[in-house]
Amino acid sequence: MTVSEPTPGSLAHDGLPTVAFGIPDPPTVADMNACVHCGLCLPHCPTFRETRLETESPRGRLHLMRALAEGRVEATDTFVSHLSLCLDCRACEAACPTGVKFGHLMEATRAEVRARRPLTGFAGILGHIVFLRLFPHPERLELLASLLRIYQRSGLQRLVRASGLLRRLPGRLDEAEALLPRISSRFFEPRGTVRARGALKKPVAFFAGCIMRVAFAETNRATVRVLARAGCDVHLPEDQICCGALHVHAGERETAKRLARRNIEAFERSEAEWIVVNAAGCGAALKEYGEWLAHDHAWAARAAVFSARVRDLSEAVAALPPEATSGSINVKVAYQDACHLLHAQRIRQQPRDVLQRIPGVSLVEMRDGDRCCGSAGIYNLTEPEMAERLGEQKVTNVEQTGADVVVSGNPGCLIQIRAGLARRGSTMRAVHLADFLDAATRD
Amino acid sequence: MASGHASAESGARAGLPARVVGELRAILGPDAVLDRYEDLLVYEYDAYMDRSLPQVVVRPTSGEQVAAVVRVAARERLAITARGGASGLSGGVIPIEGGIMIDLNRMHRILEVDVENGLALVEPGLINLDLSTAVAPLGLYYAPDPSSQKTSTIGGNIAENAGGPHCLSHGMTTNHVVGLELVTRDGLLCTPGGPAPDAPGYDLVGLAVGSEGTFGVVTRAWVRLLTLPPETVTFLAPYDSIEAAGQAVSALVANGVTPAALELIDEPAIRALEEAFQIGYPPGAGAVLLIDVDGLHEAVEEQAALVGRICQETRGSLGLQYAATEAERAKLWAARKGALAACGRVAPNYYLCDGTVPRSRLADVLGTVHRIAERYGVRVLTVAHIGDGNIHPMIMFDINEPGILPRVEAAHDELVEACVDAGGTITGEHGVGLEKRKYMPLIFTPEDLEVMALVRAAFNSTGLFNPGKVLPEPGTVPQRVAIPVGVSAAVGPETWV
Repeated sequence: MTVSEPTPGSLAHDGLPTVAFGIPDPPTVADMNACVHCGLCLPHCPTFRETRLETESPRGRLHLMRALAEGRVEATDTFVSHLSLCLDCRACEAACPTGVKFGHLMEATRAEVRARRPLTGFAGILGHIVFLRLFPHPERLELLASLLRIYQRSGLQRLVRASGLLRRLPGRLDEAEALLPRISSRFFEPRGTVRARGALKKPVAFFAGCIMRVAFAETNRATVRVLARAGCDVHLPEDQICCGALHVHAGERETAKRLARRNIEAFERSEAEWIVVNAAGCGAALKEYGEWLAHDHAWAARAAVFSARVRDLSEAVAALPPEATSGSINVKVAYQDACHLLHAQRIRQQPRDVLQRIPGVSLVEMRDGDRCCGSAGIYNLTEPEMAERLGEQKVTNVEQTGADVVVSGNPGCLIQIRAGLARRGSTMRAVHLADFLDAATRD
Repeated sequence: MASGHASAESGARAGLPARVVGELRAILGPDAVLDRYEDLLVYEYDAYMDRSLPQVVVRPTSGEQVAAVVRVAARERLAITARGGASGLSGGVIPIEGGIMIDLNRMHRILEVDVENGLALVEPGLINLDLSTAVAPLGLYYAPDPSSQKTSTIGGNIAENAGGPHCLSHGMTTNHVVGLELVTRDGLLCTPGGPAPDAPGYDLVGLAVGSEGTFGVVTRAWVRLLTLPPETVTFLAPYDSIEAAGQAVSALVANGVTPAALELIDEPAIRALEEAFQIGYPPGAGAVLLIDVDGLHEAVEEQAALVGRICQETRGSLGLQYAATEAERAKLWAARKGALAACGRVAPNYYLCDGTVPRSRLADVLGTVHRIAERYGVRVLTVAHIGDGNIHPMIMFDINEPGILPRVEAAHDELVEACVDAGGTITGEHGVGLEKRKYMPLIFTPEDLEVMALVRAAFNSTGLFNPGKVLPEPGTVPQRVAIPVGVSAAVGPETWV
């Protein structure tokens, strides 16, 4: 067994030797070498389950990352393909008895690969535009969303779909287009405070996201209503911005850290104890700001304080006194675990508890409920084939429950499942937890 | 190596001729042959410490394909290593002579279930637990339950004659395999045994189970399925010291009690498991016993009462806890079965001992384990299938510490010797593999080893099936006959093991 020599001067903030990566914050040698190769993660990995290939398993990917760190392998196309097929769902991390920080290592290695192989050509330009020029600027995202809204509402979308034009273009644009979420009629603009109903008056701050603001604006409004009805004064800090999760997953760590600092500043202006978020992927990222900025002496402590305040909507509601509901609603609900709630945040029970508090809700479990639906951030755009395989399985399992509604706490899952249900002409609805709670508790 | 840069990489072997790779692709299909360096890298390991790259990985879907691959290997004098979950702890699937790795993970179907006779015909890449999960709705399960059962395959379990906590009452893998499809010699596909009861003739199935891939490649297996026990009671019995826990086991044995499972976890291992699984083990326990009693309701009631009484009457008992719900039971067992990896939290590396000891000597040997650890200045965590005397002391270390490896190896040697001296043996269930070849002469005479080599040669006529495993290295044991085994045998037939 060989272990890489620490590069001179590359000590992590806590003085531990780090691997020989060129990025500013390489993982420690101890973290990189923690895997004992027991293999207990393999059956939990969706891509291993599908391919039965060690190269597409968490243990295999860890071994490759370590080999990169030790200089035994270069970041070749083949190497990168195995990292790219990883959903970053972190089911392996939840299953690992050794406590290997898979998500952390995968994100760092992707950043290292991006540093060694900057995107070039069309992909480079597109990546630059999306990650640096679009997501960090809410007004530009709104502009793009407005254009998409015109496309969707003017009849152009129907025309394009009917023409089959996109199928003739390269790059599977038709599939990407089919996954395009319906842009909201009115965007969500965080501003001011929404006052609590009732006597509790617990101050909370709401994190509105970026895609959520333009494509799930109603869900954001529902979230605020649910919190207000549960007794919260909901602060909506204006200067908040995209969380940076998509950036981290794509290896754009430094941009992600800039976004994190902006959000920390924005929410420091609120005295609320909790920062409530209604998107699993964002929530997992916000809770990791402390780790992202651990090497940044000026920000480490502030980031840790920020992360400790973050609560998923289901966590928040489960911890608040149950509110009065408007009678029984009699509906069979399947709850879809978002990977970044179940595996990254280890939140399993709270959303189920919150749903079961509602009289008339009967909760059913689906087969392989802990397996990723294939949405995984922008995975269904970067790895459409695997995303579709996993999406099809998920929709089959969802349908087999015979539920009326499938509820999830993440926009990506909803987009993926809705697309699958639509393809099959299913009448089942896929609804965000916030929308479901809002409808069930509205007077 | 096909990729251009590979020759510069450490550990890379010379690639196979394009002609051979092309022939394998013709047999298996283009996607079922891996020969890029980056892909081969992840086939260089199992859960043991050594590493070695195969020259090519093939992914067959049938016994016929495996036989065709073996014929190519025999003609080209290439080593053949079959691989399942690669969770083995003795280096059984590390291809130390390179050659062709046969990855059986695509062969994971359950081909037939005979409910009335409690049998199933399965492919070797099927994950152990997937079989039990699939037949559970029929009220059946597959009894051998190695701690790796979530990830290890039936084929790998057969190769290693895997045990597990519940093998105490039900026996090891060999007691649950009744028939095989085996590719052996230079590509001969044979089908010893089968579903018919009481197979006459030589027990080739019995010989092949536990042969660690040195007799050939299992491509199908008939296995027994048992009826799920109607009731199971799970206890956790804490003691103030490991010796007290050992005494409790002796008392159970003396009273003629055989629980379905009887496991021991010592204090340092308890701490690691607590961190990984948050079980809520009783604070201050020096060791705990985890005990399953199963069967029909009346029998379970009676036996559980007896086990409970004996456990609590043993000096040093800190009480008794029952798993009240199925979820609690599952959690206790999940922690035990994740013990090995959980101990990875304590130190980056471990060396795991798999010795067995007669149950009457357990308390002594557990004491010896601690004395050995102290003498070598290493930390040892112990879990044990204590009911059948199979102990797993784990020596925890950091391979980066200068001079640590020889100390760890010496401590491990002494642990193994302590087991053998007490009347036990060198391995309970993890196989000999690469790791324990050197201990074989501790328990076998040169004559024993010679007969083993002759039996192996009857199957492994080319010497190419999993070379370098099980039998001791050449020159370490006196030998009278020359039996070619391994790729090097093509050069000189003098070496036999």
